[in-house]
Amino acid sequence: MVTYIIRRLILAVPALIFISFIIFMIVKLSPADPTANLPLTIPPEVREQIRESLGVNEPLVGQYLRWARMMFITEPLIMLEDALCSAPRLPDRSMPDGCWQMVPPDTSRIISYQTRSPVFDLIAISLPQTLWVVGTSYIIGILIGMPLGIVSAYKQYSLVDQGATFFSMVGFSIPTFFTGTMAIIIFSVWTPTDAWWWLPSSYDTTHVVEDWDSFVFQLQQMVMPMMVLGLYNAAQISRYMRASMLDNLQQDYVRTARAKGMGEGTVVLKHVLRNSLIPVVTVIALNVPAVFGGALITEQVFRVNGIGYQLIQAIRGADVPMVQTISFIFAVLVVMFNLIADVLYGILDPRIRYD
Amino acid sequence: MKRSSLLLGAAALALAPAAALAERGSSGHLNIIYWQAPSTLNPYLSGGTKEIESASLVLESMARFDQNGEMVPWLAADIPTVENGGVSEDLTSITWTIADGIVWSDGSALTPADFIFTWEYCTHPEGGCAQASSYDGVTSVEAVGDNQVRITFGAPTPFPYTAFVGSESPVIQAAQFADCLGARAPECTDANFGPIGTGPFVVDEFRPNDVIEFSANTNYRNPDQPGFATVTFRGGGDAVSAARSVCQTGEFDYAWNLQIDPQILADMEAEGNCNVVTAFGTSVERLHLNQTNPDPSLGDVRSTAQAGEHPFLTNPVIGQALSMAIDRALLVEVGYGAGGQPTCNVLPAPELYASTANDACLTQDIPGAIALLDEAGIVDTDGDGIREYNGTPLRVLYQTSTNAVRQDTQALVQAWWAELGIDTELRNIDASVFFGGDPASPDTFQKFYADIEMYTNNFAGVDPQAYMANWLCDDWPRPETQWQGANIQRFCSEEYDALVAEMAGTADLAERGRLARAMNDMLVQSYSIIPLIHRGGVSAHAVSIEGIQMSDWDSELWNIAEWTRTPGMERQ
Repeated sequence: MVTYIIRRLILAVPALIFISFIIFMIVKLSPADPTANLPLTIPPEVREQIRESLGVNEPLVGQYLRWARMMFITEPLIMLEDALCSAPRLPDRSMPDGCWQMVPPDTSRIISYQTRSPVFDLIAISLPQTLWVVGTSYIIGILIGMPLGIVSAYKQYSLVDQGATFFSMVGFSIPTFFTGTMAIIIFSVWTPTDAWWWLPSSYDTTHVVEDWDSFVFQLQQMVMPMMVLGLYNAAQISRYMRASMLDNLQQDYVRTARAKGMGEGTVVLKHVLRNSLIPVVTVIALNVPAVFGGALITEQVFRVNGIGYQLIQAIRGADVPMVQTISFIFAVLVVMFNLIADVLYGILDPRIRYD
Repeated sequence: MKRSSLLLGAAALALAPAAALAERGSSGHLNIIYWQAPSTLNPYLSGGTKEIESASLVLESMARFDQNGEMVPWLAADIPTVENGGVSEDLTSITWTIADGIVWSDGSALTPADFIFTWEYCTHPEGGCAQASSYDGVTSVEAVGDNQVRITFGAPTPFPYTAFVGSESPVIQAAQFADCLGARAPECTDANFGPIGTGPFVVDEFRPNDVIEFSANTNYRNPDQPGFATVTFRGGGDAVSAARSVCQTGEFDYAWNLQIDPQILADMEAEGNCNVVTAFGTSVERLHLNQTNPDPSLGDVRSTAQAGEHPFLTNPVIGQALSMAIDRALLVEVGYGAGGQPTCNVLPAPELYASTANDACLTQDIPGAIALLDEAGIVDTDGDGIREYNGTPLRVLYQTSTNAVRQDTQALVQAWWAELGIDTELRNIDASVFFGGDPASPDTFQKFYADIEMYTNNFAGVDPQAYMANWLCDDWPRPETQWQGANIQRFCSEEYDALVAEMAGTADLAERGRLARAMNDMLVQSYSIIPLIHRGGVSAHAVSIEGIQMSDWDSELWNIAEWTRTPGMERQ
């Protein structure tokens, strides 16, 4: 298993370099222009100067190599510097005494066109709210979806199954911009503001949880985006779970287990469930990168200004370094979770051996 | 504007004694939503409206423009003019006097050195300063004594109020930005995200593309202002949800740029929690009629001088018929609501420059347009329902940027033109490409590979001289200039060029007004440009907020120091 993992990791390196180049070229070849959103009152020669100062006009290969150097060397070293040092950086970005300075403080970093600040700083401030909201909604989706799938498979065509099917149809087919807006209209607009079930329609990213009341507020502002996304995730997972359970319930080993006189609980939850989990776990693991990617639309609806929102803003503003970096991080996550899914496969199903 | 300014006027009168007693910060907290979030607080590095307006809470300039487009001395003691000696007789220099007792929010004094530094910062060749045109023609900025700043121009400048005036060219602190000149400008993230200013608020926290927290500047020059102690400036979402958060959920107090379905906004306002305010500047949604031939068979020379004249759009009769067929009032009703007024001028404001000679276009007249074409002999000769001009059928390609309102407008206009017997093909292009100016893209508004295109343009400030110079013969976008140039419809008239030159040498305001009106009329009557809508900014504010004087000539938050909340309605 270990050699398998190492082999996969080594193979991932050329794949990721290739991916990064493809992403770079696709983003670069798009006709969008970083000065396009400026007011027309800004004359063309000033726009040209802005483009010049952003480095847009440099040769493509040079731009890619510069980005790759920063992405693969400078930024990881800076992250390592921060990780090894407990004290904050000095104002000129140099490290305080006693910390290891690996890159000179004036080394250029990946700079966003829109904000003119390091891309990784932007990702660092928007990742927490994405993980909070999208991450919890994913967990909720799993917690609702798996039991629902199990029950509806075991009681196929029962009332519960019909209800669950209806629920997942709704969750699957109604887009989040509709459910999100409906939720806002019901819980923020129609509900009187002083009622306990009133919920804020926009997510306050500066809110800090420090006591019970602020925790309650954090919950309140998370409820709507979480449920809207959770509905979608639960719908998806419950369908996979149901299908996989149904496959296994027909198998001979289930009949054998029953014939041996095992209780229904053991048959379903131990034998069938474990075997049915294999495809479901793969689906869950492969969807985790999407959690980091944020929920583009839901984040927009509830103003959870996380990674998905930053990506949309960057695409609109033709902010190439930002789009490129975020897309590349997604690529890394996808490669990583593919590997994790494969490893989990082996753990859940002892018949699968990679060595 | 009119309705709410009347209301505000009445409110201001009624509350005058109370306002005088107000203390700094007594109105508590203010929530502002700009659905497009600011990316930086340094307006010189961005140039976008959202950045300029959010920075205007902190950074200030010598003078600002009020809701009528009139200059108000801000950091300056007064407005320099030729009469008071502030502007030299030969119009080549202007001397501003800094008002007494103005300090930065860190307590240090505002000195002429800060203005000199600001000029150097923005004109540094490697800086990519977005507001460099505010300093066009400035040859030097120097200190006179310890409280005066003299700006010298290379040529006589009849309207010298560009540098350090309005929200686009505020003064930044020399001490804070000293190490940020030129190519190093983006490295100063702390300064760009938290500029020290002289304005009513200071930045507590800035999260790019998300939220800004401001609090009252304890060193602000007026001890009773600002009325609000803290401000949260949020971004994200879209215009409809921003309107909803002010008018329905009440989570926010002020929402910007609500160009949404007029009916939805009117319904929300009717619920009584918010007031919609508008301000009109110089933005005009217009059609440009390509005067050169955009025929694709011409390849790379299409829409250039080499391609020759357009087969029919250079004929003013056809342009006039196209204009007469349009019901501008209906376009306003469908797409703009309070944020638009029908107009027949490309230069609709300030009042001094607004012509009344073309107002006939305000009423739609399709029978008149048909008669006009018939009289000119432009008729349908082959019976296919489409008129021909010298054998060329009147088929036009009409392009604009992708935007719901613009596509509605396109569809309506297409139907009206069909009634005339003119066939219209519609096309829309993503805004970041259309306005992108990439010389390699065939879809930019400058290349104009279409017969007719529609967008909005305006000019910054209140003086139209530079704007009217857009239509000079040698300002055509063309391959030699990398397709840069402002004369989008490729208009050319020696007479017009002469008027532009005359205006550049005229200082007398009334005479400048006459020249600007003459140029406007010449352009509009050439029917190479068809003005449609005079567009204004639309915002909404909670009914409890007082003192808003929305201006489209400056940041719409220009007088935020004077904003207060009705006592007793403060936020928790």
